[in-house]
Amino acid sequence: MNTISSFLDMGGYAAFVWPSFGLSAVLLIGIFVISVRTLKANHATLDALNNEAERASPSEGPAQGET
Amino acid sequence: MAMIERFANPNRFLTLTRPLVPWLGGLTLLSLGAGLYLGLFQAPADYQQGESVRIMYVHVPAAWMAMFCYTSMAISAAVGLIWKHPLADVAGKATAPVGAVFTFLALATGSLWGKPMWGTWWVWDARLTSMLILFFLYIGYMALSNAFDNPQRGAKAAAILALVGFINVPIIKFSVDWWNTLHQPASVIRMDGPSIHPSMLWPLLLMAIGYTLFYLWVLIIRMDADVTAGKIRALRQRRVHG
Amino acid sequence: MMRRFSLLVRRDLRLAQRQGLDSLMVVMFFVIAVVLFPFGVGPEPGILARIAAGVIWVAALLSTMLSLERLFLTDYEDGSLELLALSPVTLEVLVLAKVIAHWLTTGLPLIIAAPLLAVLLNMDADGFWVLIGALALGTPTLSLLGAVGAALILGSRRGGVLLSLLILPLFIPVLIFGVSAVDSAIGGYAIKAQFLILGGLFVFALPLCPWAAAAGIRQSLE
Repeated sequence: MNTISSFLDMGGYAAFVWPSFGLSAVLLIGIFVISVRTLKANHATLDALNNEAERASPSEGPAQGET
Repeated sequence: MAMIERFANPNRFLTLTRPLVPWLGGLTLLSLGAGLYLGLFQAPADYQQGESVRIMYVHVPAAWMAMFCYTSMAISAAVGLIWKHPLADVAGKATAPVGAVFTFLALATGSLWGKPMWGTWWVWDARLTSMLILFFLYIGYMALSNAFDNPQRGAKAAAILALVGFINVPIIKFSVDWWNTLHQPASVIRMDGPSIHPSMLWPLLLMAIGYTLFYLWVLIIRMDADVTAGKIRALRQRRVHG
Repeated sequence: MMRRFSLLVRRDLRLAQRQGLDSLMVVMFFVIAVVLFPFGVGPEPGILARIAAGVIWVAALLSTMLSLERLFLTDYEDGSLELLALSPVTLEVLVLAKVIAHWLTTGLPLIIAAPLLAVLLNMDADGFWVLIGALALGTPTLSLLGAVGAALILGSRRGGVLLSLLILPLFIPVLIFGVSAVDSAIGGYAIKAQFLILGGLFVFALPLCPWAAAAGIRQSLE
Protein backbone atom coordinates (compact mmCIF):
# COMPACT_ATOMS: atom_id res chain seq x y z
CA MET A 1 0.00 0.00 0.00
CA ASN A 2 2.83 2.28 0.90
CA THR A 3 4.53 1.75 -2.43
CA ILE A 4 1.36 2.68 -4.29
CA SER A 5 0.89 5.91 -2.41
CA SER A 6 4.57 6.79 -2.75
CA PHE A 7 4.31 6.06 -6.46
CA LEU A 8 1.27 8.29 -6.77
CA ASP A 9 3.08 10.97 -4.79
CA MET A 10 5.88 11.10 -7.39
CA GLY A 11 8.39 12.38 -4.85
CA GLY A 12 6.22 15.41 -4.15
CA TYR A 13 5.83 16.28 -7.83
CA ALA A 14 2.43 14.59 -8.23
CA ALA A 15 0.74 17.92 -8.97
CA PHE A 16 2.93 18.33 -12.05
CA VAL A 17 3.56 14.81 -13.27
CA TRP A 18 -0.02 13.50 -13.29
CA PRO A 19 -1.59 16.53 -14.97
CA SER A 20 1.06 16.24 -17.71
CA PHE A 21 0.22 12.63 -18.38
CA GLY A 22 -3.49 13.22 -17.91
CA LEU A 23 -3.65 16.18 -20.28
CA SER A 24 -1.67 14.30 -22.91
CA ALA A 25 -4.04 11.35 -22.64
CA VAL A 26 -7.18 13.50 -22.75
CA LEU A 27 -6.12 15.53 -25.78
CA LEU A 28 -4.76 12.61 -27.79
CA ILE A 29 -7.83 10.49 -27.09
CA GLY A 30 -9.95 13.54 -27.83
CA ILE A 31 -8.55 14.15 -31.29
CA PHE A 32 -8.76 10.44 -32.01
CA VAL A 33 -12.43 10.25 -31.03
CA ILE A 34 -13.27 13.39 -33.04
CA SER A 35 -11.52 12.00 -36.10
CA VAL A 36 -13.27 8.62 -35.89
CA ARG A 37 -16.65 10.28 -35.36
CA THR A 38 -16.19 12.53 -38.39
CA LEU A 39 -15.17 9.52 -40.44
CA LYS A 40 -18.22 7.51 -39.37
CA ALA A 41 -20.59 10.43 -39.95
CA ASN A 42 -19.15 11.05 -43.41
CA HIS A 43 -19.40 7.40 -44.38
CA ALA A 44 -23.02 7.32 -43.21
CA THR A 45 -23.86 10.46 -45.22
CA LEU A 46 -22.19 9.09 -48.32
CA ASP A 47 -24.02 5.77 -48.04
CA ALA A 48 -27.33 7.59 -47.59
CA LEU A 49 -26.67 9.75 -50.64
CA ASN A 50 -25.74 6.74 -52.73
CA ASN A 51 -28.83 4.83 -51.64
CA GLU A 52 -31.01 7.80 -52.51
CA ALA A 53 -29.41 8.08 -55.93
CA GLU A 54 -29.91 4.38 -56.57
CA ARG A 55 -33.57 4.56 -55.68
CA ALA A 56 -34.07 7.65 -57.82
CA SER A 57 -32.43 6.19 -60.94
CA PRO A 58 -31.55 2.51 -60.65
CA SER A 59 -29.76 2.41 -63.98
CA GLU A 60 -27.21 4.99 -62.94
CA GLY A 61 -26.81 3.64 -59.45
CA PRO A 62 -23.84 1.29 -59.55
CA ALA A 63 -21.51 3.89 -61.08
CA GLN A 64 -21.94 6.13 -58.06
CA GLY A 65 -22.13 3.29 -55.59
CA GLU A 66 -18.48 2.36 -55.93
CA THR A 67 -16.51 3.39 -52.94
CA MET B 1 -18.17 11.90 -63.84
CA ALA B 2 -15.02 13.98 -63.88
CA MET B 3 -15.48 14.76 -60.21
CA ILE B 4 -15.70 11.09 -59.33
CA GLU B 5 -12.69 10.19 -61.42
CA ARG B 6 -10.59 12.72 -59.59
CA PHE B 7 -11.02 10.66 -56.48
CA ALA B 8 -10.02 7.43 -58.19
CA ASN B 9 -6.48 7.78 -56.97
CA PRO B 10 -7.48 8.56 -53.37
CA ASN B 11 -9.73 5.52 -53.54
CA ARG B 12 -6.80 3.28 -54.29
CA PHE B 13 -4.94 4.90 -51.43
CA LEU B 14 -7.81 4.19 -49.08
CA THR B 15 -8.16 0.56 -50.11
CA LEU B 16 -4.44 0.18 -49.48
CA THR B 17 -4.37 1.95 -46.14
CA ARG B 18 -7.68 0.94 -44.56
CA PRO B 19 -6.42 -2.55 -43.63
CA LEU B 20 -3.46 -0.89 -41.91
CA VAL B 21 -5.65 1.01 -39.46
CA PRO B 22 -6.16 -1.76 -36.87
CA TRP B 23 -2.48 -2.73 -37.08
CA LEU B 24 -1.37 0.84 -36.54
CA GLY B 25 -3.77 1.14 -33.64
CA GLY B 26 -2.46 -2.03 -32.03
CA LEU B 27 1.18 -1.05 -32.47
CA THR B 28 0.48 2.44 -31.14
CA LEU B 29 -1.11 1.10 -27.97
CA LEU B 30 1.64 -1.48 -27.57
CA SER B 31 4.55 0.94 -27.77
CA LEU B 32 2.78 3.60 -25.71
CA GLY B 33 1.97 0.98 -23.08
CA ALA B 34 5.54 -0.27 -22.96
CA GLY B 35 6.90 3.28 -22.92
CA LEU B 36 4.57 4.30 -20.09
CA TYR B 37 5.44 1.21 -18.09
CA LEU B 38 9.19 1.73 -18.46
CA GLY B 39 8.93 5.46 -17.97
CA LEU B 40 6.75 5.40 -14.89
CA PHE B 41 7.98 2.25 -13.13
CA GLN B 42 11.41 1.26 -14.38
CA ALA B 43 13.26 4.44 -15.25
CA PRO B 44 15.13 6.04 -12.34
CA ALA B 45 14.34 9.46 -10.95
CA ASP B 46 16.81 12.16 -11.84
CA TYR B 47 19.29 13.07 -9.09
CA GLN B 48 18.62 16.76 -9.68
CA GLN B 49 15.02 16.95 -10.82
CA GLY B 50 13.68 13.99 -8.86
CA GLU B 51 10.50 12.32 -10.07
CA SER B 52 9.46 15.38 -12.07
CA VAL B 53 11.82 14.23 -14.80
CA ARG B 54 9.14 11.72 -15.82
CA ILE B 55 7.28 14.58 -17.50
CA MET B 56 10.02 14.30 -20.11
CA TYR B 57 8.39 11.13 -21.44
CA VAL B 58 5.33 13.04 -22.60
CA HIS B 59 6.97 16.42 -23.19
CA VAL B 60 9.91 15.58 -25.45
CA PRO B 61 8.01 13.26 -27.84
CA ALA B 62 5.26 15.89 -28.16
CA ALA B 63 7.85 18.53 -29.04
CA TRP B 64 9.42 16.20 -31.59
CA MET B 65 6.04 15.46 -33.13
CA ALA B 66 5.22 19.17 -33.29
CA MET B 67 8.20 19.65 -35.60
CA PHE B 68 7.66 16.36 -37.41
CA CYS B 69 4.05 17.22 -38.23
CA TYR B 70 4.98 20.68 -39.47
CA THR B 71 7.68 19.15 -41.67
CA SER B 72 5.28 16.62 -43.14
CA MET B 73 2.75 19.40 -43.68
CA ALA B 74 5.36 21.38 -45.62
CA ILE B 75 6.33 18.30 -47.66
CA SER B 76 2.66 17.62 -48.47
CA ALA B 77 2.30 21.28 -49.44
CA ALA B 78 5.27 21.06 -51.81
CA VAL B 79 3.99 17.83 -53.37
CA GLY B 80 0.52 19.31 -53.71
CA LEU B 81 1.75 22.51 -55.34
CA ILE B 82 4.36 20.99 -57.65
CA TRP B 83 2.76 17.72 -58.74
CA LYS B 84 -0.84 18.75 -57.98
CA HIS B 85 -1.38 15.45 -56.22
CA PRO B 86 -4.87 15.60 -54.67
CA LEU B 87 -3.87 13.38 -51.74
CA ALA B 88 -1.11 15.76 -50.69
CA ASP B 89 -3.61 18.52 -49.93
CA VAL B 90 -5.71 16.05 -47.98
CA ALA B 91 -2.67 14.89 -46.00
CA GLY B 92 -1.63 18.43 -45.13
CA LYS B 93 -5.09 19.36 -44.00
CA ALA B 94 -5.39 16.17 -41.94
CA THR B 95 -2.02 16.72 -40.29
CA ALA B 96 -2.55 20.28 -39.06
CA PRO B 97 -4.93 19.66 -36.13
CA VAL B 98 -2.86 16.69 -34.92
CA GLY B 99 0.30 18.78 -35.09
CA ALA B 100 -1.42 21.62 -33.27
CA VAL B 101 -2.45 19.22 -30.49
CA PHE B 102 1.13 17.95 -30.15
CA THR B 103 2.43 21.52 -30.05
CA PHE B 104 -0.08 22.48 -27.41
CA LEU B 105 0.89 19.40 -25.39
CA ALA B 106 4.57 20.31 -25.66
CA LEU B 107 3.73 23.79 -24.34
CA ALA B 108 1.45 22.63 -21.55
CA THR B 109 3.71 19.83 -20.31
CA GLY B 110 6.70 22.14 -20.64
CA SER B 111 4.93 24.62 -18.43
CA LEU B 112 4.03 21.88 -15.93
CA TRP B 113 7.65 20.75 -15.92
CA GLY B 114 8.91 24.31 -15.66
CA LYS B 115 6.88 25.17 -12.57
CA PRO B 116 8.85 22.92 -10.16
CA MET B 117 12.14 23.51 -12.01
CA TRP B 118 12.01 27.25 -12.60
CA GLY B 119 9.48 28.25 -9.98
CA THR B 120 7.13 29.83 -12.54
CA TRP B 121 4.66 28.45 -15.04
CA TRP B 122 6.20 30.22 -17.95
CA VAL B 123 9.75 31.25 -18.76
CA TRP B 124 10.66 32.86 -22.07
CA ASP B 125 13.01 30.01 -22.70
CA ALA B 126 14.16 29.70 -26.31
CA ARG B 127 12.59 26.27 -26.81
CA LEU B 128 9.23 27.12 -25.29
CA THR B 129 9.08 30.41 -27.18
CA SER B 130 9.80 28.71 -30.49
CA MET B 131 7.08 26.16 -29.68
CA LEU B 132 4.64 28.97 -28.98
CA ILE B 133 5.35 30.58 -32.35
CA LEU B 134 5.03 27.17 -34.03
CA PHE B 135 1.63 26.87 -32.38
CA PHE B 136 0.62 30.22 -33.93
CA LEU B 137 1.80 28.97 -37.33
CA TYR B 138 -0.44 25.91 -36.97
CA ILE B 139 -3.40 28.07 -35.98
CA GLY B 140 -2.79 30.31 -38.99
CA TYR B 141 -2.66 27.32 -41.31
CA MET B 142 -5.91 25.89 -39.98
CA ALA B 143 -7.67 29.27 -40.04
CA LEU B 144 -6.62 29.86 -43.65
CA SER B 145 -7.55 26.40 -44.91
CA ASN B 146 -11.03 26.80 -43.40
CA ALA B 147 -11.57 30.38 -44.56
CA PHE B 148 -12.79 29.62 -48.08
CA ASP B 149 -16.13 28.41 -49.35
CA ASN B 150 -14.28 26.15 -51.75
CA PRO B 151 -12.19 23.73 -49.67
CA GLN B 152 -9.77 23.07 -52.53
CA ARG B 153 -8.92 26.74 -52.75
CA GLY B 154 -8.36 26.77 -48.99
CA ALA B 155 -6.03 23.80 -49.26
CA LYS B 156 -3.96 25.54 -51.96
CA ALA B 157 -3.65 28.81 -50.05
CA ALA B 158 -2.78 26.95 -46.85
CA ALA B 159 -0.15 24.95 -48.73
CA ILE B 160 1.61 28.13 -49.81
CA LEU B 161 1.43 29.38 -46.23
CA ALA B 162 2.88 26.11 -44.93
CA LEU B 163 5.85 26.44 -47.27
CA VAL B 164 6.45 30.08 -46.36
CA GLY B 165 6.17 29.15 -42.69
CA PHE B 166 8.50 26.21 -43.10
CA ILE B 167 11.19 28.41 -44.66
CA ASN B 168 10.68 30.82 -41.78
CA VAL B 169 10.90 28.26 -38.97
CA PRO B 170 14.74 28.12 -38.89
CA ILE B 171 14.90 31.93 -39.12
CA ILE B 172 12.45 32.28 -36.24
CA LYS B 173 14.33 29.64 -34.25
CA PHE B 174 17.62 31.45 -34.85
CA SER B 175 16.25 34.85 -33.89
CA VAL B 176 14.54 33.52 -30.78
CA ASP B 177 17.80 31.84 -29.69
CA TRP B 178 19.66 35.10 -30.28
CA TRP B 179 17.06 37.09 -28.36
CA ASN B 180 17.13 34.55 -25.56
CA THR B 181 20.89 34.58 -25.03
CA LEU B 182 20.72 38.37 -25.11
CA HIS B 183 18.27 38.52 -22.25
CA GLN B 184 19.13 35.44 -20.21
CA PRO B 185 22.87 34.90 -20.23
CA ALA B 186 22.91 32.36 -17.40
CA SER B 187 20.73 29.47 -18.42
CA VAL B 188 18.65 27.66 -15.80
CA ILE B 189 18.11 23.93 -15.89
CA ARG B 190 17.63 22.99 -19.50
CA MET B 191 14.47 21.32 -20.65
CA ASP B 192 16.13 18.33 -22.25
CA GLY B 193 17.38 17.43 -18.81
CA PRO B 194 20.89 16.57 -17.76
CA SER B 195 22.79 13.83 -19.58
CA ILE B 196 20.29 11.11 -20.31
CA HIS B 197 20.82 7.74 -18.69
CA PRO B 198 20.25 4.73 -20.98
CA SER B 199 17.41 3.51 -18.77
CA MET B 200 15.70 6.82 -19.56
CA LEU B 201 16.42 6.54 -23.26
CA TRP B 202 14.35 3.42 -23.86
CA PRO B 203 11.04 4.74 -22.53
CA LEU B 204 11.69 8.01 -24.34
CA LEU B 205 12.29 6.18 -27.59
CA LEU B 206 9.23 3.96 -27.15
CA MET B 207 7.05 6.97 -26.40
CA ALA B 208 8.38 8.76 -29.47
CA ILE B 209 7.65 5.72 -31.65
CA GLY B 210 4.20 5.46 -30.08
CA TYR B 211 3.47 9.12 -30.80
CA THR B 212 4.63 8.73 -34.41
CA LEU B 213 2.44 5.65 -34.90
CA PHE B 214 -0.46 7.48 -33.29
CA TYR B 215 0.00 10.31 -35.75
CA LEU B 216 -0.04 7.90 -38.71
CA TRP B 217 -3.07 6.14 -37.30
CA VAL B 218 -5.07 9.34 -36.90
CA LEU B 219 -3.71 10.67 -40.20
CA ILE B 220 -5.19 7.77 -42.18
CA ILE B 221 -8.51 8.10 -40.39
CA ARG B 222 -8.64 11.85 -41.00
CA MET B 223 -7.62 11.48 -44.65
CA ASP B 224 -10.34 8.87 -45.14
CA ALA B 225 -12.86 11.26 -43.60
CA ASP B 226 -11.72 14.14 -45.79
CA VAL B 227 -11.79 12.11 -49.01
CA THR B 228 -15.29 10.95 -48.10
CA ALA B 229 -16.34 14.53 -47.47
CA GLY B 230 -15.03 15.39 -50.95
CA LYS B 231 -17.15 12.63 -52.47
CA ILE B 232 -20.20 13.89 -50.60
CA ARG B 233 -19.62 17.41 -51.96
CA ALA B 234 -19.15 16.10 -55.48
CA LEU B 235 -22.40 14.07 -55.30
CA ARG B 236 -24.37 16.99 -53.89
CA GLN B 237 -23.00 19.35 -56.50
CA ARG B 238 -23.90 16.96 -59.26
CA ARG B 239 -27.39 16.66 -57.90
CA VAL B 240 -27.85 20.43 -57.83
CA HIS B 241 -26.49 20.86 -61.35
CA GLY B 242 -28.44 17.84 -62.62
CA MET C 1 10.36 46.53 -68.62
CA MET C 2 11.57 49.21 -66.21
CA ARG C 3 9.10 51.66 -67.70
CA ARG C 4 6.20 49.29 -67.21
CA PHE C 5 7.38 48.66 -63.69
CA SER C 6 7.53 52.33 -62.76
CA LEU C 7 4.13 52.79 -64.41
CA LEU C 8 2.73 50.12 -62.11
CA VAL C 9 4.26 51.72 -59.04
CA ARG C 10 2.97 55.13 -60.03
CA ARG C 11 -0.49 53.72 -60.71
CA ASP C 12 -0.63 52.35 -57.18
CA LEU C 13 0.71 55.55 -55.68
CA ARG C 14 -1.94 57.52 -57.57
CA LEU C 15 -4.62 55.14 -56.34
CA ALA C 16 -3.37 55.51 -52.79
CA GLN C 17 -3.44 59.26 -53.17
CA ARG C 18 -6.94 59.25 -54.58
CA GLN C 19 -8.22 57.05 -51.78
CA GLY C 20 -7.20 60.03 -49.75
CA LEU C 21 -5.62 60.00 -46.38
CA ASP C 22 -4.90 56.30 -46.02
CA SER C 23 -1.24 56.69 -45.20
CA LEU C 24 -1.97 59.60 -42.86
CA MET C 25 -4.41 57.35 -41.01
CA VAL C 26 -1.77 54.67 -40.69
CA VAL C 27 0.66 57.17 -39.21
CA MET C 28 -2.02 58.43 -36.83
CA PHE C 29 -2.69 54.88 -35.71
CA PHE C 30 1.04 54.43 -35.18
CA VAL C 31 1.24 57.58 -33.05
CA ILE C 32 -1.87 56.83 -31.00
CA ALA C 33 -0.84 53.21 -30.38
CA VAL C 34 2.51 54.39 -29.01
CA VAL C 35 0.94 57.19 -26.97
CA LEU C 36 -1.26 54.61 -25.22
CA PHE C 37 1.77 53.07 -23.55
CA PRO C 38 2.57 55.85 -21.07
CA PHE C 39 -1.06 55.55 -19.91
CA GLY C 40 -0.59 51.81 -19.57
CA VAL C 41 2.75 51.65 -17.78
CA GLY C 42 2.91 55.09 -16.20
CA PRO C 43 4.80 58.24 -17.19
CA GLU C 44 8.06 57.40 -15.44
CA PRO C 45 10.83 58.46 -17.89
CA GLY C 46 13.14 55.57 -16.96
CA ILE C 47 10.59 52.87 -17.74
CA LEU C 48 9.49 54.57 -20.95
CA ALA C 49 13.08 54.94 -22.14
CA ARG C 50 13.68 51.26 -21.42
CA ILE C 51 10.70 50.06 -23.48
CA ALA C 52 10.78 52.79 -26.16
CA ALA C 53 12.46 50.79 -28.93
CA GLY C 54 10.22 47.77 -28.41
CA VAL C 55 7.02 49.80 -28.25
CA ILE C 56 7.83 51.75 -31.40
CA TRP C 57 8.72 48.57 -33.29
CA VAL C 58 5.60 46.69 -32.18
CA ALA C 59 3.43 49.67 -33.11
CA ALA C 60 5.18 49.80 -36.49
CA LEU C 61 4.36 46.12 -37.11
CA LEU C 62 0.71 46.65 -36.24
CA SER C 63 0.46 49.78 -38.38
CA THR C 64 1.96 47.93 -41.33
CA MET C 65 -0.71 45.25 -40.88
CA LEU C 66 -3.50 47.82 -41.09
CA SER C 67 -3.03 48.75 -44.71
CA LEU C 68 -2.00 45.31 -45.94
CA GLU C 69 -5.47 43.84 -46.26
CA ARG C 70 -6.30 46.11 -49.16
CA LEU C 71 -2.99 45.60 -50.96
CA PHE C 72 -4.54 43.32 -53.60
CA LEU C 73 -8.15 43.23 -52.41
CA THR C 74 -9.46 46.32 -54.22
CA ASP C 75 -7.88 45.19 -57.50
CA TYR C 76 -9.19 41.68 -56.91
CA GLU C 77 -12.74 42.80 -56.31
CA ASP C 78 -13.04 45.14 -59.27
CA GLY C 79 -11.43 42.59 -61.58
CA SER C 80 -8.39 44.65 -62.51
CA LEU C 81 -6.10 42.09 -60.90
CA GLU C 82 -7.24 39.60 -63.53
CA LEU C 83 -6.40 42.07 -66.28
CA LEU C 84 -3.03 42.82 -64.73
CA ALA C 85 -2.33 39.09 -64.54
CA LEU C 86 -2.98 38.83 -68.30
CA SER C 87 -0.65 41.72 -69.10
CA PRO C 88 2.92 41.03 -70.28
CA VAL C 89 4.31 41.98 -66.88
CA THR C 90 4.73 38.84 -64.79
CA LEU C 91 2.82 38.61 -61.55
CA GLU C 92 6.02 38.56 -59.49
CA VAL C 93 6.97 41.96 -60.87
CA LEU C 94 3.46 43.22 -60.28
CA VAL C 95 3.71 42.13 -56.65
CA LEU C 96 7.05 43.89 -56.30
CA ALA C 97 5.55 47.09 -57.70
CA LYS C 98 2.67 46.83 -55.25
CA VAL C 99 5.08 46.23 -52.37
CA ILE C 100 7.13 49.29 -53.28
CA ALA C 101 3.99 51.42 -53.46
CA HIS C 102 2.87 50.00 -50.12
CA TRP C 103 6.21 50.75 -48.52
CA LEU C 104 6.26 54.29 -49.89
CA THR C 105 2.78 54.97 -48.51
CA THR C 106 3.16 53.10 -45.20
CA GLY C 107 6.74 52.28 -44.27
CA LEU C 108 8.26 55.60 -45.17
CA PRO C 109 5.75 57.73 -43.21
CA LEU C 110 6.31 55.48 -40.19
CA ILE C 111 10.05 56.07 -40.39
CA ILE C 112 9.48 59.80 -40.51
CA ALA C 113 7.13 59.70 -37.51
CA ALA C 114 9.32 57.38 -35.43
CA PRO C 115 11.85 59.97 -34.10
CA LEU C 116 9.01 62.09 -32.79
CA LEU C 117 7.66 59.12 -30.86
CA ALA C 118 11.16 58.33 -29.63
CA VAL C 119 11.24 61.83 -28.13
CA LEU C 120 7.84 61.32 -26.49
CA LEU C 121 9.04 58.06 -24.95
CA ASN C 122 12.23 59.68 -23.70
CA MET C 123 14.43 57.36 -25.71
CA ASP C 124 18.17 57.87 -25.41
CA ALA C 125 19.46 60.11 -28.22
CA ASP C 126 22.10 57.51 -29.15
CA GLY C 127 19.33 55.31 -30.49
CA PHE C 128 17.65 57.79 -32.84
CA TRP C 129 19.63 57.21 -36.00
CA VAL C 130 19.85 53.51 -35.34
CA LEU C 131 16.08 53.36 -34.94
CA ILE C 132 15.60 55.15 -38.24
CA GLY C 133 18.16 52.92 -39.94
CA ALA C 134 16.69 49.73 -38.51
CA LEU C 135 13.18 50.76 -39.52
CA ALA C 136 14.41 51.66 -43.00
CA LEU C 137 15.96 48.23 -43.33
CA GLY C 138 13.15 46.31 -41.60
CA THR C 139 9.91 47.82 -42.90
CA PRO C 140 10.50 46.75 -46.54
CA THR C 141 10.76 43.18 -45.28
CA LEU C 142 7.48 43.66 -43.45
CA SER C 143 5.79 44.89 -46.63
CA LEU C 144 7.22 41.92 -48.57
CA LEU C 145 6.04 39.36 -46.01
CA GLY C 146 2.71 41.12 -45.77
CA ALA C 147 2.21 40.84 -49.52
CA VAL C 148 2.24 37.05 -49.17
CA GLY C 149 -0.49 37.20 -46.56
CA ALA C 150 -2.49 39.71 -48.56
CA ALA C 151 -2.36 37.40 -51.60
CA LEU C 152 -3.38 34.33 -49.62
CA ILE C 153 -6.52 35.84 -48.11
CA LEU C 154 -7.99 36.92 -51.47
CA GLY C 155 -11.52 35.58 -51.71
CA SER C 156 -11.66 34.33 -48.14
CA ARG C 157 -14.15 35.11 -45.45
CA ARG C 158 -12.96 37.44 -42.64
CA GLY C 159 -9.82 38.61 -44.43
CA GLY C 160 -8.33 41.24 -42.15
CA VAL C 161 -8.20 39.34 -38.86
CA LEU C 162 -7.03 36.26 -40.70
CA LEU C 163 -4.22 38.24 -42.30
CA SER C 164 -2.81 39.33 -38.95
CA LEU C 165 -2.98 35.76 -37.69
CA LEU C 166 -0.94 34.57 -40.67
CA ILE C 167 1.61 37.33 -40.85
CA LEU C 168 2.38 38.55 -37.34
CA PRO C 169 4.28 35.38 -36.33
CA LEU C 170 6.44 35.81 -39.43
CA PHE C 171 7.26 39.38 -38.38
CA ILE C 172 8.97 38.22 -35.17
CA PRO C 173 12.55 37.95 -36.51
CA VAL C 174 12.40 41.51 -37.88
CA LEU C 175 11.07 42.70 -34.53
CA ILE C 176 13.79 40.92 -32.56
CA PHE C 177 16.70 42.28 -34.58
CA GLY C 178 15.18 45.72 -35.07
CA VAL C 179 14.72 46.23 -31.33
CA SER C 180 18.05 44.63 -30.53
CA ALA C 181 19.89 47.04 -32.83
CA VAL C 182 18.42 50.07 -31.05
CA ASP C 183 18.99 48.65 -27.57
CA SER C 184 22.58 47.76 -28.39
CA ALA C 185 23.27 51.23 -29.73
CA ILE C 186 21.87 52.80 -26.55
CA GLY C 187 23.91 50.40 -24.42
CA GLY C 188 27.03 51.28 -26.37
CA TYR C 189 27.49 47.91 -28.04
CA ALA C 190 28.20 47.03 -31.65
CA ILE C 191 25.18 47.02 -33.94
CA LYS C 192 26.78 45.63 -37.06
CA ALA C 193 25.48 42.08 -36.57
CA GLN C 194 21.85 43.19 -36.18
CA PHE C 195 22.04 45.36 -39.28
CA LEU C 196 23.66 42.58 -41.27
CA ILE C 197 20.90 40.20 -40.25
CA LEU C 198 18.14 42.73 -40.98
CA GLY C 199 19.74 43.26 -44.38
CA GLY C 200 20.00 39.50 -44.84
CA LEU C 201 16.32 39.06 -44.04
CA PHE C 202 15.46 41.70 -46.63
CA VAL C 203 17.68 40.14 -49.30
CA PHE C 204 16.15 36.76 -48.50
CA ALA C 205 12.58 38.03 -48.63
CA LEU C 206 13.08 40.08 -51.79
CA PRO C 207 12.95 37.18 -54.28
CA LEU C 208 10.95 34.69 -52.19
CA CYS C 209 7.99 36.80 -51.08
CA PRO C 210 6.96 38.11 -54.52
CA TRP C 211 7.19 34.56 -55.78
CA ALA C 212 4.98 33.17 -53.00
CA ALA C 213 2.55 36.08 -53.29
CA ALA C 214 2.29 35.59 -57.06
CA ALA C 215 1.55 31.91 -56.47
CA GLY C 216 -1.20 32.96 -54.05
CA ILE C 217 -2.69 35.38 -56.55
CA ARG C 218 -2.66 32.71 -59.27
CA GLN C 219 -4.58 30.40 -56.94
CA SER C 220 -7.16 33.08 -56.29
CA LEU C 221 -7.71 33.77 -60.00
CA GLU C 222 -8.16 30.13 -60.98
